[in-house]
Amino acid sequence: MCLAVPGRVVEIRVEDDTRMGKVDFGGVIKDVCLAYLPDLQVGEYTIVHVGFALQRLDEESAMQSLELYKSLGALEEEFGDQWGIAAQQAGERRPPGTEYRKETAE
Amino acid sequence: MKYLAEFSDPDLAKRLVDQIHATVTKPWAMMEVCGGQTHTIVRHGIDQLLPDGVEMIHGPGCPVCVTPLEIIDKALEIAAQPGVIFCSFGDMLRVPGSERDLFRIKSEGGDVRVVYSPLDALKIAKDNPDRQVVFFGIGFETTAPPNAMTVYQAKQQNIPNFSLLVSHVKVPPAIEAIMQSPDCRVQAFLAAGHVCSVMGTSEYPELAAKYKVPIVVTGFEPLDILAGILRTVVQLERGEHYVENAYKRAVTDEGNTTAQAMLSDVFETTDRSWRGIGMIPQSGWQLSERYREYDAEYRFQVRDIKTEESTVCRAGEVLQGHIKPHECEAFGTLCTPRNPLGATMVSSEGACAAYYLYRRLQAPEAVSSVG
Repeated sequence: MCLAVPGRVVEIRVEDDTRMGKVDFGGVIKDVCLAYLPDLQVGEYTIVHVGFALQRLDEESAMQSLELYKSLGALEEEFGDQWGIAAQQAGERRPPGTEYRKETAE
Repeated sequence: MKYLAEFSDPDLAKRLVDQIHATVTKPWAMMEVCGGQTHTIVRHGIDQLLPDGVEMIHGPGCPVCVTPLEIIDKALEIAAQPGVIFCSFGDMLRVPGSERDLFRIKSEGGDVRVVYSPLDALKIAKDNPDRQVVFFGIGFETTAPPNAMTVYQAKQQNIPNFSLLVSHVKVPPAIEAIMQSPDCRVQAFLAAGHVCSVMGTSEYPELAAKYKVPIVVTGFEPLDILAGILRTVVQLERGEHYVENAYKRAVTDEGNTTAQAMLSDVFETTDRSWRGIGMIPQSGWQLSERYREYDAEYRFQVRDIKTEESTVCRAGEVLQGHIKPHECEAFGTLCTPRNPLGATMVSSEGACAAYYLYRRLQAPEAVSSVG
């Protein structure tokens, strides 16, 4: 949960008076709140924690971090099948209604 | 140096390790506060690359691990109520309460949902106006701004069926508590990078001066941690103690001032109990008066919680750096990720889970009875 993953802003919009956007994390695209970085622009990189952009990051650092997180499987843990991970740890079947649909890049 | 090949830049890693060895002339003990950093250190064997006598003490910065048992039990009570949709981050699912966990509640028919962002929980509340939707808002200064924004939005958009069960904690008071402990062995701190991305570094010079400890703001990748350790031992060897930012690419001195403004609007500082550690004065946040109607603790009057902590679990000593995980008698035997006695064995940021995952084979006596 404390992981903050760098990504590239690909879209900015205003929704319910709030600055929102889409951020590309090496192929996984997520809705992200950009309200805490009011001057962040499309094409820039940012560190995102639980769906919120918290700081800017330069492209080179962002790409290096993303590559590392990918190779460690950390992106799976952050964006992946949370009920599946918990069920596997518990050695139990996943609870009903928690079937996983993998999100893909649009 | 068997781990060096796994670094993203093994040459740079080797240079950093060599410099650390060239700098150190005596034993030092430093604490990495953040559980994410503990995970990196254990996974990549960074502590084993250091000179003999230089010890990494693992700190209490695992948010899942320090969320008090009473709050976990309250969460479980609320989540089990009919009509409630209980939303949480995935890593809370298997944190043991006194008798059960969120995974069990879901298996028994409770409506527990995992969300990526707290704003997802707010959307669920909008989509289900006839249900009470509760988000479990735990974490350090990094996670507090997202939760603050979500409550702010709930109020702005007047979404009355949303509430937050809050148990936020802060790093600087924990550093203070660690330094005031009579058995404290910590001589320096690696401060958590992303906490400082939000809060900046201004809270730390006072602590560095008061306790005469170097505090080096560090990132989460193996090379970041090595660089942070190098700067720390340089200060220690010179007898200096000041705040240094070794994570400049993501941390500015002032932090994210927009997020800080939201934090001071939505939250107010409060005493907070840390699981396994106890009460630390002024170490947490709760919703301020203005937002109290969105506080799940007020909305759901959960009374008569009788918490019962495992009697063998020594997670509190692990979280304070008094023992290493494998020094607990239950490690790998009574307590495993499958049957965790403490939260430190569940979370990916928990020291016990990291040792179980990456160090189990190095403590054969602790796992011999597992089979």
